[in-house]
Amino acid sequence: MEKDQDKILNDVTSGEYKYGFYSDIEMEQIPKGLNEDIIRAISEKKSEPGWLLEFRLKAFRHWQTMKMPQWANLKIPTIAYQDIIYYAAPKKKASSESLDDIDPELKRTFDRLGIPLEEQKYLTGVAVDAVMDSVSVKTTFRETLAESGIIFCSFSDAVKEYPELVKRYLGTVVPYTDNFFASLNSAVFSDGSFCYIPKGVRCPMELSTYFRINAANTGQFERTLLVADEESYVSYLEGCTAPMRDENQLHAAIVEIIAENNAEVKYSTVQNWYPGNKEGKGGIFNFVTKRGLCRGDNSKISWTQVETGSAITWKYPSCILRGDNSTGEFYSVAVTNNHQQADTGSKMIHIGRNTKSTIVSKGISAGEGQNSYRGLVKVLKNASGARNFSQCDSLLLSDKCGAHTFPYLEVDNQTAIVEHEATTSKIGEDQIFYCNQRGISTEDAIGLIVNGYAREVINKLPMEFAVEAQKLLQISLEGSVG
Amino acid sequence: MGREDKRLNNNNIMLIIKDLHAAIDGKTILKGISIEVKPGEIHAIMGPNGSGKSTLAAVIAGREFVEVTGGTVTFEGKNLLEMAPEDRSKEGIFLGFQYPTEIPGVSMVNFMKTAVNEHRKHKGLEPLSASEFLKLMREKKELVEIDSKLANRSVNEGFSGGEKKKNEIFQMSILEPKLAILDETDSGLDIDALRIVANGVNKLKRPDNATIVITHYQRLLDYIIPDVVHVLYDGRIVKTAGKELAMELEAKGYDWIKQNIKKNELS
Repeated sequence: MEKDQDKILNDVTSGEYKYGFYSDIEMEQIPKGLNEDIIRAISEKKSEPGWLLEFRLKAFRHWQTMKMPQWANLKIPTIAYQDIIYYAAPKKKASSESLDDIDPELKRTFDRLGIPLEEQKYLTGVAVDAVMDSVSVKTTFRETLAESGIIFCSFSDAVKEYPELVKRYLGTVVPYTDNFFASLNSAVFSDGSFCYIPKGVRCPMELSTYFRINAANTGQFERTLLVADEESYVSYLEGCTAPMRDENQLHAAIVEIIAENNAEVKYSTVQNWYPGNKEGKGGIFNFVTKRGLCRGDNSKISWTQVETGSAITWKYPSCILRGDNSTGEFYSVAVTNNHQQADTGSKMIHIGRNTKSTIVSKGISAGEGQNSYRGLVKVLKNASGARNFSQCDSLLLSDKCGAHTFPYLEVDNQTAIVEHEATTSKIGEDQIFYCNQRGISTEDAIGLIVNGYAREVINKLPMEFAVEAQKLLQISLEGSVG
Repeated sequence: MGREDKRLNNNNIMLIIKDLHAAIDGKTILKGISIEVKPGEIHAIMGPNGSGKSTLAAVIAGREFVEVTGGTVTFEGKNLLEMAPEDRSKEGIFLGFQYPTEIPGVSMVNFMKTAVNEHRKHKGLEPLSASEFLKLMREKKELVEIDSKLANRSVNEGFSGGEKKKNEIFQMSILEPKLAILDETDSGLDIDALRIVANGVNKLKRPDNATIVITHYQRLLDYIIPDVVHVLYDGRIVKTAGKELAMELEAKGYDWIKQNIKKNELS
């Protein structure tokens, strides 16, 4: 920890987006544009079974009847869906069998990102599925995990090797009709991670997926499906980065989680997509649907997210609390600096009895960034004894940024207890001067103060990632005060 | 003037404030202040509310909202006014705040460890490890009789007025400044807290460091015996003498000073 703290301080002095490089890898792409032929082509590339192609086509037909949602507090430029390339993959056959099959340039890319694909090199106790553009290039520790009956592999492999499991759960939490971006994803999704934890198994290591966008003019549409069977536990992490480009790129993902009786899933995200430059040019549009279903009694799903990247973020990780005594949690820190915009929050749907949910959202706005919290707490008629606590705090670092909150409450059961707290504060000159007077520079002072503000959320992350997240917070706010 | 010349030549003077003028929002607050502080000395600056005491502290510490409009401040031969506030701190200047700021979520350990290691870096020393730092904190906690729970909380968050002031002395003990300026550290303290604060200052006194105690009341000076007492009034030092001046002020009140000044102005 000692060293890490110092490293954070040192890194702060070089606060540019560190992951903005592009790797020159030979790519295999399909032509740009979106129609049924393209969808058939994606499905064919992946040698998919007929039922999955059918699923895609139904989603696509539905998507064509939909309009992009306008209700978010975001200014989204027109997206030309016909100009996007929906499938791009590193050319060399990148199977998960042997490292020798992987393009050395690809390996170098992930090395530079701090995600070595050799098992012995990565942080001990973390298994990684590395996804570049439309495909998974390597999943580590598959064999080790398989010894406990855990399935952890790319979505494409899962479709081939465990079609029954995928068929049983796919689209059960986020149906293909759910929303505009979810329908789009269901039509064109290319890869992602699949994870199944069998009954009574406590996953012995952290599972993670690292998403990398590399190719230009492409979109990334991955899908993650995570099933925790009865009495099981898993902690899952995702990270993401992209090259610096002047054009915006679309990332529309879906994450579905199912927790059966007494199962617990902890899902953490450190989101660091390219945010665009200081003038607001470029950056990723991050339009993601994440939802967990607490299907079993006493089950628990916990979302933790640290969002520092993306030009525009639109995501509301949610929990459907169907099982009795089930618990949903959402802990979030979202940073918007320069011209970034975020409309993010959570939905907690209480269906079962004595269900509990907690929402802690911390927004940090700097530069001309706009940060909105949007949350829904819904208690259905039969959800007696439901309990929710929501807290949303906003921290403002400049005079031109904005913080907004849109909390919605729909309570149909009289025994429910729902609490909501909200605060807005500014980093004070007094706080910064106080640090200065003790010998701490303004840049470091802001880092300290912001990390103090976000501590409640950061503490929920696994340790290695908490350090990473602290560092990111500091870097993404570089030069934002004064 | 003869005496002053002699002292100027003496390179043993730590802080030289010369004809300092300063303004806040265009309003002149300090109207020509000259003070010299030598190592080992304790100076008290007394004066009624609004006389410019806290502004003087703010100038020395480097607050931006105070504009220096004339004069010089030299600390160990260096032009203090050109230095960033954090560099002044690292050079050995400590300000005990009148109203210490709360920093929610930032633990005292993390805060002070960051500060200490910045100071060490400045001196070309290796940073302290976590265990070395915690040991240092434990020692200082005992020295200044601070409740150990205080050190485990976030910086000043939810502290009582007295706890905040004790925490200032605690931080001072850890940073071991050459020059400490305590801005109204006695205000809002009960007698026990006052004694703890004063004891802390006295224990930390060394032949090579100096303290400037800014206070409205004489009561703190029952516990901290100053070598020199300055009376500040309307932006000027109107009287400088030994510790007996504090007593005289307490007995006669600030009106006595004001009347004296008026008399001088008339004559």
